[in-house]
Amino acid sequence: MQKITREVLIAKADELLKNGTVTKVLGLKKGEFSYDQTPTVFTDIESMKKDFVFDDFSGANFSKYLVKETKKGEGKTLVFLKPCDTYSFNQLLTEHRFDREKVYVVGIACDGMVDIKKIKGALGDGVVSVDCSTDTLKVETLYDGVKEIAKADVLAERCRNCKSKKHVAYDELIGEDGEVVASNRFDQVEELEKMSADERFAFWQNELSRCIRCNACRDVCPACTCEKCVFDNPNSGVQNKAAANSFEEQMFHIIRAFHVAGRCTDCGECSRVCPQQIPLHLLNRKFIKDINGFYGEYQAGEVEGSRAPLVNYTKEDLEPSEAVNRGDK
Amino acid sequence: MQVNGYKPKIVAFCCNWCSYAGADLAGSNRLAYPAEVKVIRVPCSCRVNPMFILRAFQRGADGVILCGCHPGDCHYTSGNYYTRRRMALLFSMLDYLGIEKERTRVEWVSAAEGAKFAATMNDFVQTVTALGENKRLEDLRCKK
Repeated sequence: MQKITREVLIAKADELLKNGTVTKVLGLKKGEFSYDQTPTVFTDIESMKKDFVFDDFSGANFSKYLVKETKKGEGKTLVFLKPCDTYSFNQLLTEHRFDREKVYVVGIACDGMVDIKKIKGALGDGVVSVDCSTDTLKVETLYDGVKEIAKADVLAERCRNCKSKKHVAYDELIGEDGEVVASNRFDQVEELEKMSADERFAFWQNELSRCIRCNACRDVCPACTCEKCVFDNPNSGVQNKAAANSFEEQMFHIIRAFHVAGRCTDCGECSRVCPQQIPLHLLNRKFIKDINGFYGEYQAGEVEGSRAPLVNYTKEDLEPSEAVNRGDK
Repeated sequence: MQVNGYKPKIVAFCCNWCSYAGADLAGSNRLAYPAEVKVIRVPCSCRVNPMFILRAFQRGADGVILCGCHPGDCHYTSGNYYTRRRMALLFSMLDYLGIEKERTRVEWVSAAEGAKFAATMNDFVQTVTALGENKRLEDLRCKK
């Protein structure tokens, strides 16, 4: 469950719409199923009362939507941001991707989001609805009636290793601000690093070969905001929808992760939206772990205006040959 | 350099100001380095996008080496410092994906180091020849 309810957010939106602070609200509305939510723009409170949802499935990071939304018309956009979303928000501000004056941020405390894919993995397909009003989810299934599952078992990957409960940017807060959490988010990366090269290759071959090149990871990523993407270039040789062979899969994923290296806030949206459940965050986290290890701790988006590690240098940086031999020592 | 008839294909990205001149010097000093090395001249080592390296592998390279000015000596003051960071991360990522780390290398070769250029290339070709054909990062469509 979330301590902050849908009603609290609607009341806040109502207040801000009425006093003219904002003209529109970015939020989620119910899709075909309660767990299947669609981002949308609300301009009046009636439609919000009807459709707006906020529960354990409202994991979407709205920072990226602001890039386009703030360019449409005058007036401010109201956006509700969870702690991890505010990092992406700051990072986009650092890159001057939108006008801060056109956004009104309400920071909301987050109690961890649920991954529907994990519920389906545990209980099978045919989930009709999920009641998440307590920490034991009641899952109504098509074939087996109502089943119960603990929220802790189906937490989204990024929430299982939540990195921060602290909002780094907001105009107003609902709920209490938390602290940066000491997470063990690199444990899976370390496990992989311990494997032999052959095992790692087999692992990634198995994961990446499922890629259908739907580009969802790219489209949702708050760090991927180029107007024209290198992968849309017909001369790139990798613009095809379906990856033709293993090279293309690896190429796409290496370059996708590399393009956001140093700017990735580890918000975990890529893994959330992947329809093939490829653990894409493990690629991003490898870069974050390396950057932390090689060039000192750096959390993208923590401080607005901070200089990303890949557009910076020191004269004493380690050599690329040392970088790859670190694991051997 | 040949093992059971296998000749590796090596792509060497050389910066115009140091390493390319270093290769020239190796030539004028009549220092031999293997013909498997195909030199591509770039204005600065930091011109090399990670995609270039992957693309070289796609088109059939067995090893890719990137040569630039020594850190501190960049013609554009700081280009190779950025290269150093980028390549450290890229190579570490390739290793993480299980691709042999010996297939990629960065060396700093100045315009005065013809001997170093030849020695580096000899050594790199030997390493890649020992590794054999690049199987893990190849595009079958680009093979004959």
